[in-house]
Amino acid sequence: MKRNRRAKRSMKLKINGVEHELDIDMRTSLLDACRDHLGLTGSKKGCDHGQCGACTMLVNGRRINSCLTLAVMHEGDEITTIEGIGEPGNLHPMQEAFLHHDGFQCGYCTPGQIVSAVGMLGEVADGWPSHASADVKAGAALSGDEIRERMSGNLCRCSAYPNIVDAIETASAKMKENA
Amino acid sequence: MNKHVMNEAIGETRLDRGTQGVIGQGVDRYEGKLKVSGKAPYAYEHLIGEKVAYGFVVPGPIGRARVKSIDTAKARAMPGVLAVVTGDAIMHSSAQPMGPDVPAMKGEIFHYNQPVALVVAETFETARHASHLVEVDYEPLEGHYEMEGRRETGRASDGGPMAADTKRGDFEKAFAASEVQFDRTYTTPSYHAAAMEPHASVAKWDGDQLTVWSSCQLLDLNVKQIANGVGVDASKVRLLSPYIGGGFGSKLGIGPDAVLAALGAREVGRPVKLALTRQNVFQATSRRGETIQRVRIGATKDGRITCFAHETDTPNAEGEGFFEPSGISTVFLYPGDDRLVTHRVVTTDVLTTSAVRAPGEATGMLATESALDELAEQFGIDPIAFRKLNEPEKDPQEDVPFSSRRLLECIDEGARRFGWADRPSKPATRREGEWLVGYGMASASRANSLMASSAEIEMSADGRATVKTSMTDIGTGTYTILQQIAAEMLGLPLDRVDVLLGDTSLPASSGSGGSWGANSAGSSVFVAAEAIVEEFARRLDVDASTLTLKDGHAIAGNRQIPFSEILKRETLTVTGKIEPGDTSDNTNQASYGAHFAEVAVNVTTGETRVRRLLTVGTAGRILNMKTATSQCYGGQIWGIGYALEEELVVDPRSGLIVNHDLAEYHVPVHADVPKLDVVLLEDRDPYASPLAGKGIGELAIAGVGAAINNAVYNATGIRVYDYPITMDKLLPRLPEEVGAAA
Repeated sequence: MKRNRRAKRSMKLKINGVEHELDIDMRTSLLDACRDHLGLTGSKKGCDHGQCGACTMLVNGRRINSCLTLAVMHEGDEITTIEGIGEPGNLHPMQEAFLHHDGFQCGYCTPGQIVSAVGMLGEVADGWPSHASADVKAGAALSGDEIRERMSGNLCRCSAYPNIVDAIETASAKMKENA
Repeated sequence: MNKHVMNEAIGETRLDRGTQGVIGQGVDRYEGKLKVSGKAPYAYEHLIGEKVAYGFVVPGPIGRARVKSIDTAKARAMPGVLAVVTGDAIMHSSAQPMGPDVPAMKGEIFHYNQPVALVVAETFETARHASHLVEVDYEPLEGHYEMEGRRETGRASDGGPMAADTKRGDFEKAFAASEVQFDRTYTTPSYHAAAMEPHASVAKWDGDQLTVWSSCQLLDLNVKQIANGVGVDASKVRLLSPYIGGGFGSKLGIGPDAVLAALGAREVGRPVKLALTRQNVFQATSRRGETIQRVRIGATKDGRITCFAHETDTPNAEGEGFFEPSGISTVFLYPGDDRLVTHRVVTTDVLTTSAVRAPGEATGMLATESALDELAEQFGIDPIAFRKLNEPEKDPQEDVPFSSRRLLECIDEGARRFGWADRPSKPATRREGEWLVGYGMASASRANSLMASSAEIEMSADGRATVKTSMTDIGTGTYTILQQIAAEMLGLPLDRVDVLLGDTSLPASSGSGGSWGANSAGSSVFVAAEAIVEEFARRLDVDASTLTLKDGHAIAGNRQIPFSEILKRETLTVTGKIEPGDTSDNTNQASYGAHFAEVAVNVTTGETRVRRLLTVGTAGRILNMKTATSQCYGGQIWGIGYALEEELVVDPRSGLIVNHDLAEYHVPVHADVPKLDVVLLEDRDPYASPLAGKGIGELAIAGVGAAINNAVYNATGIRVYDYPITMDKLLPRLPEEVGAAA
């Protein structure tokens, strides 16, 4: 059997505004590229199958399960991980709200929840409907039911859900204020 | 070492005085900023920048077999593969929390997809690929994959979390003579803890010294398990678990990853990182055993319970002593002079069963609290009135007093807040559009325990305190409550107290499990802080009881002295230890609560939605109202999962756990959970610990599912005895006509 065993390729990834050049296995997921090769371990691996949302990143502003996509597919994209959302000394309003509302316990799903929530607010702002929207053409207003529906791809086994919903409502109001 | 043995009730303490004003407050989590920014390093995330290798587990593709040989040649020939580890020492499932032994495969496959080998490679992708090239040759053995048809083989285990049998009087005779006899059998399925962080380990050898970062709950036991599994002395192993992505019992014993990573690292001569896949977690760690529970209650015609029996059959693997202790609350929660609580373990060749959040209560009260609801109805008595009629005055098994039991207060407070008076008095009579609406309630109780634990407090010369203990924070809030206890006791602002956890080089602790963590580790901090106060008093030549500490100053009479002055430019280090004592034996200690649920069942589809859920609880002193409330939300939501969604399915033909991922094993998601209510009543239990607190993390799951089941009955008139309450169990029996469509 003749096969090219060198499955490596060099690639450029722009993550949180910083260009990284990598020479890695083409089978490397975007998630593993960050966790295993770039020291960006904030994004978590909970299932590696797109079932839990712990790995959520923003690609060009939209939510994505980074375990379900290969790093090599994202040259030229603007990738945002939790590290790019905010840092301990300079937290994003969503992070502040999660902290204050106790929107987490063990913290493992938390980066994914926060990145997902930021992405979700962008979808609502753009008028994307959800299963919970009464009228899919009417644009979307943020409500508890809308948040619960739109965040259901992010599992939290500690079950901080009620606090997460409160945090997103608080952060959303704060972000509008700041806008 | 300063030691406090809990031999008598604690009197007034500095926590009661609350001079610093931080104990009990719902302050933000100590480590919160790190967690919300992705900067808290979990097990897999250590040794960033070091040259490491990656492991991937090879599963054994059959339910029961003897391994004849494992052909690793093709895998080893793949470029980038460094080693394929095989042999007797491969751990096939997680270790149990009861002792230092670990389950090694020793040439056999004990359950479907158990680990049989570990591939170690330069990259994760190569290790994963090569794992498919390992060929296992085996001789199939006969396997038993369900309890059905084999229940008579059940054994009474003396290695479980409680005695297999707890008896008093002669139940059979009393039951036969009872005016009213209730006899029902309930089943609960197998469940999985499904913590969000898959079990993961990083192992590094430095000569004969082994350092392991792993996701573990009980470090001082777990380090011995790793040493046993690897075959070295425990003194050569250091285990660190600073952050743990959820445990729920599944990380009480080490996962196979801890030993496999260490074996791999030894073989390839460099650190190895191994995260179990989600599929590995479902199939190669541990699970909660399914149960078949028979509940028999004898009563007088006017509704007084006279005798109580609760008999449970549950599986475990051959040689395993653990069993799901479904009768753990029954022993003291319900009255009756003649009592019988039994557990029998049916041996199956399926993944080992072990502790999952609230072992016993989480399954047992699904049965007993549904039974009480049905029995109350038979008597024509409201479920709350029925519980009041049957509230024991002392522990009905041991005749010792309850340290405190405010169950009925919780029920009354809950009924008032929930609007229980508005409950449909007859089932299946309230309809709103396409939804049938019902209310249900259940009691909650969780046995309390105090464990030996120690902690060091180091006071630096400038008057900052650092708490150090091997204790873990699995998301429960340990960092934060230890900070609060130290700050309150020592009179320090929170930002002058640091907490170091999760390292076996620190003073040995109780670890996290059984809701004992806050009380046990917290009490050790209390004891250490008391010793520092004593030392301050000695240096100031005053009686410690007259010394007030606040904002880093000692106030004695008309003097106010900064700590830095008392410390005289020297660091003061003190270790404190708590041990359980007589109060554990001469009082019955438990946390109590009550749950109230409103559900709506779709009249066409049989879908059940939880609309409202209220839990009122008492658990002694609440150390942090915010984190304690979050714990209770977690318990309530697990209760929703257990009532309506969760079921680990084992194929009885092969032993395969069929739904071995998060797409098929349904944990509750955002959309399943309404706004929840939790009320924790002001409470103290001076017999429980110097903190006068009790366990809370597991209280709120105990009974929730039964409250939902009782509400489903109230909505539909259908009693479900086989959890979870899925649509298929309601659809064929849904009433044709209910009330008027709103």
